[in-house]
Amino acid sequence: MSTLAAAVEVRGASKWFGAHKVLDEVDLTVCPGHVTVIIGPSGAGKSTLLRAINHLEKLDAGRVTVNGVLIGVREHGTRLKELSERAILAQRAEIGFVFQAFNLFPHLTVLENVAAAPVATGRATKTEARERALELLAQVGLAEKAEAYPGQLSGGQQQRVAIARALALRPGVVLFDEPTSALDPELVGEVLAAIRALAGGGTTLVIVTHEIGFAREAADRVVFMDAGRIVEEGPPGEVLDRPRHPRTREFLSKVL
Amino acid sequence: MTSDVSERTALPSAPADEHLLTARLVAPRRPGLWISAAILLVLAAMLIHTLVTNRRFQWPTVRGYFFERSILHGLELTIWLTAAVLVTGYVIGTAVAAARLSKNPVLKSLGFGFVWLIRSVPMLVQLLFWYELASLYPKLSLGIPFGPEFASFKTAHLFGGILAAYVALSLDVAAFSAEIVRGGILSVPAGQVEAAQALGLGRGRIFRRIVLPQAMPAIVPASGNLLIGMLKATSIVSVIAVQDLLYSAQLIYNENFQIIPLLLVATLWYVVLTTVLSIGQYFVERHYARGTNRRGDGFARLFRRNLPLFNRAGLAAGGRS
Ligand SMILES: Nc1ncnc2c1ncn2[C@@H]1O[C@H](COP(=O)(O)OP(=O)(O)OP(=O)(O)O)[C@@H](O)[C@H]1O
Ligand SMILES: [Mg+2]
Repeated sequence: MSTLAAAVEVRGASKWFGAHKVLDEVDLTVCPGHVTVIIGPSGAGKSTLLRAINHLEKLDAGRVTVNGVLIGVREHGTRLKELSERAILAQRAEIGFVFQAFNLFPHLTVLENVAAAPVATGRATKTEARERALELLAQVGLAEKAEAYPGQLSGGQQQRVAIARALALRPGVVLFDEPTSALDPELVGEVLAAIRALAGGGTTLVIVTHEIGFAREAADRVVFMDAGRIVEEGPPGEVLDRPRHPRTREFLSKVL
Repeated sequence: MTSDVSERTALPSAPADEHLLTARLVAPRRPGLWISAAILLVLAAMLIHTLVTNRRFQWPTVRGYFFERSILHGLELTIWLTAAVLVTGYVIGTAVAAARLSKNPVLKSLGFGFVWLIRSVPMLVQLLFWYELASLYPKLSLGIPFGPEFASFKTAHLFGGILAAYVALSLDVAAFSAEIVRGGILSVPAGQVEAAQALGLGRGRIFRRIVLPQAMPAIVPASGNLLIGMLKATSIVSVIAVQDLLYSAQLIYNENFQIIPLLLVATLWYVVLTTVLSIGQYFVERHYARGTNRRGDGFARLFRRNLPLFNRAGLAAGGRS
């Protein structure tokens, strides 16, 4: 189990919104320390899958494990029972999440944004959290903005703060939902650079993105989703350059 | 002439505009601004003039009664009744807002029903209703609903004037503040809660640390309105002979017939209280404007910049140098 355990494992995940089946028995395995990039057309269910991994979205069927631990539920006889809120919150601290719209807290300074969660969840003292936050901000190149408010930063800077915030709890897995799609083109590069700096550092990254160039260069595995299913997956050289499935070929011909 | 103009517009980057680089930028003239300001200033001056010169306002009498004992007692009652009503009202109101925002359909409908009922009934009717409760339910008893009762007491002793006023006004504040609080909470983007959840923060902490501070800029101005409105609305208790500020003034003028001066005494006290509350509201608003560009705007900033006494930043800078 130990070395072979997947960092993230999704089995038979299904999810309906009303009569619309948004996830259709999705199976996904993410190896520890790998960078997995999920691509696919709008409405394919990429965000829903990502949100299901940290239980922001409840699955109707199937299960998610992170580092071998069931997320959001526990086995109860033959059924899965939802965990208490407190237990789910503790699990979420192991999984970082970076949102498309940054969702920084506008009434807190950049430093407070990054240091808030470790203090609030009792994982660090105020001083420890501050030190760690400054370290992370330096890592994403924003040490001098520590006392600024998010509203005073550019979009690219805000997203880099969001990345630092997601790392503050030292999660083993970080999920990115289109981290650059709300940004002006010239700001995309700085955010991708911040993500790239994380890759290879032992943290497992799952990234939903439309940046095919970034996927080709940074991904260990590329997953193509369409209509709630994983259509094709493999190393970037295969999925992006020699796609087997016609649906993948069609999608790539549009975005490239 | 016309050909001249068209020629110029056709050549937007004429070569002879070097002198423009050093030209001074002049703001456009706004004669309307000056004229309207002048008219309003004249009107204000006329108002002050008539207030001061019309002897029938009897300012000496006003001064004489301003610190009268019974007036000060009334003032005291008005202040603490307003405070008690607001605290109680906001506690209930926040709970009702939470009920209306909850996923529980029973709580949701009860919250809605409460707001609907209280907002439908005129405040004066509510006041009289609680005051006359004894005639509706002469006896209240404690026991199992629809079952046996353990203890009972007469309502005649339960609701004196002040208590009836306290209950009626508190419920009124509760209904209106519930809507203010609910509106404030709804104004916070859902992504904020999601981001906090993803960071592993608990529900209570998310509400206190993330949602409430961001809801406050929407809650505070409306609450200031409600607070000041309620301060004056407490004067309604004079109909059930509670001796608040206004009723104390009325008691005096019923004896000496100095109606206008005594109404002025009460009014001036309401003005004083409202002024204090407005200043308080300004500081609370400024506190919650963190992270936005709205900090210290408008008149207040002008005021502080131009009066050295209020210019704290200037003083601090001066002290350091
Ligand atoms: N809360 C919701 N209620 C109803 N339908 C929803 C909800 N969230 C998502 N959906 C639907 O589920 C489908 C998948 O949505 P999802 O956000 O996962 O797509 P996506 O692959 O991330 O697309 P995009 O690239 O546009 O972000 C869409 O058809 C969407 O309309
Ligand atoms: Mg999406």
